[in-house]
Amino acid sequence: MRDITLAELCILACSEAFRTDREIIATGIGPVPRLGAGLAKLTHSPGLMMTDGEAFLVEEPIPLGPRGDYRPKVGGYLPFSRFFDSAVWSGRRHAMVTPTQIDRFGQTNLSQLGGTHRQPKTQMLGVRGFPGNSIYHANSMFVPFHSSRVFVEGEVDMVSSAGYNPAKRVAGGNYSGIDLKRIITNLCVIDFGGTDHAPRVVSLHPGVSFDEVQAATGFALEAGDLGETAMPDADALAIIDRLDPHNIRATVIKDNPTARRAA
Amino acid sequence: MNAPAKPLDKRMSATEIVGRLSDGMTIGIGGWGPRRKPMALVREILRSDLKDLTIVAYGGADVGMLCAAGKVKKLVFAFVSLDAIPLEPWFRKAREAGQIEVLELDEGMFQWGLKAAAFGLPFLPTRVGLGTDLAELGGLKMVQSPYADGEVLIAMPALRLDAAILHVNRSDWRGNVQLLGPDAYYDEWFAKAAAATYVSCEELVDRIEDHYPDDAKANVFERCFVTGVVEMPGGAHPSSLPPAYGWDMKALKDYANAAKDPGDWAAVADRFVGASEAAYLESIGGKEAVAALPLPIF
Repeated sequence: MRDITLAELCILACSEAFRTDREIIATGIGPVPRLGAGLAKLTHSPGLMMTDGEAFLVEEPIPLGPRGDYRPKVGGYLPFSRFFDSAVWSGRRHAMVTPTQIDRFGQTNLSQLGGTHRQPKTQMLGVRGFPGNSIYHANSMFVPFHSSRVFVEGEVDMVSSAGYNPAKRVAGGNYSGIDLKRIITNLCVIDFGGTDHAPRVVSLHPGVSFDEVQAATGFALEAGDLGETAMPDADALAIIDRLDPHNIRATVIKDNPTARRAA
Repeated sequence: MNAPAKPLDKRMSATEIVGRLSDGMTIGIGGWGPRRKPMALVREILRSDLKDLTIVAYGGADVGMLCAAGKVKKLVFAFVSLDAIPLEPWFRKAREAGQIEVLELDEGMFQWGLKAAAFGLPFLPTRVGLGTDLAELGGLKMVQSPYADGEVLIAMPALRLDAAILHVNRSDWRGNVQLLGPDAYYDEWFAKAAAATYVSCEELVDRIEDHYPDDAKANVFERCFVTGVVEMPGGAHPSSLPPAYGWDMKALKDYANAAKDPGDWAAVADRFVGASEAAYLESIGGKEAVAALPLPIF
């Protein structure tokens, strides 16, 4: 059997984050989250709904990259023009994204770094749909390079998505929709099941220690059971191969390492 | 000028359309990132003396070019992106130079503000933005439900537009438009939020019921929301207009690279805007070259 890569391990962990018995839209932005969503839909969570990346719903997740003769089989319609009505503001969605910064409250930043709002040092995308996503539906994150530049000390420079920060609560506001599920990184899996929704490491990838994760994180982490992150089995790998025929997943994590570190 | 021979004849030239805009106006631009952008009308604005504009857009190269050319006083946005080139480099330059005022919004709040304007309301309530920095940075106020729940929400102010510009697949001279392709984004709400909406189209026909009666469901907004119409084939280039053509990634890359080298808009404006739309189209190989651009794969 071939070596299982770290990217493939992360895809399985992403798929577990998407596990649900509901009928909701699964949006994975980037190859690993998208393959995780597809794997979840084709295995344990058939209620998940996915788009072709544009405006149509498909029951068979679209393979990544050039498709040759493959033609998407369209079963439904979900254009941006009704995305907020149907998916986001109804709470019927779980999105997995890669923000630029994440803090101990689970707040994220996609908009700008440093400087002021009038004159940022680095302008990025803008908040996009993050504020609405965070207040209305489940969200997870994938971080291909776990470091204290991503997991920042203090708070993110610009709060683009809401987290569990009590200082950001307005009396009378409804924050019940905030539902941060998991963060999958190249080192571990984190949930928000710690004290007052604090980030908590729930599994470590093979050969990784909690201390190594903590050292690469700008804030204190809680430790859960700290089992080893599960390896994909042959069935899962076959699905991943089918959904990613050009092995685009090999480009996601630096040097495409194996899941189990060389001794 | 020839006086319109027929009632409801909304045909006008791109120059006439831009002539109806004035300094300081709030202008909405339809489309989404690198898709369905009324770039020919944006180029006509870039050829004009208009200034101090407030631009309201799901931004792509339209926003980047207008920022680069110094036309923008204030930008209302949720993102500015060319998709495959995630960060719009000319927009970044303007932001990092502190050149423009901004109102940054969530994508959903943005369309909610257009809807408030369309319905003539001062605001629409939303939970979106709670728990983030948007309300404080944008000066957005709160409102409390007068019912038993007493919920406190953000009052998303109406995004009233003095004018909106859109590029569509087809129209007739009365402004009966048809928007084909998989997604019209929020063009409908730009049209309804604006005091006047100007539409460029790939194909202008006489009476649309005589030509495309089977596509009436593509009439995403009614002709009462259309003030002016002009035929401009290839008018979304370098953005996409499905099913007619995809975006021109080579042109977008050239445009993005020019933000670094030479980095000076005045030195490259002629390449990306041209002295006239005819000259621009000719420089990119004509409308046939635009029509041959493949649709993107996701």
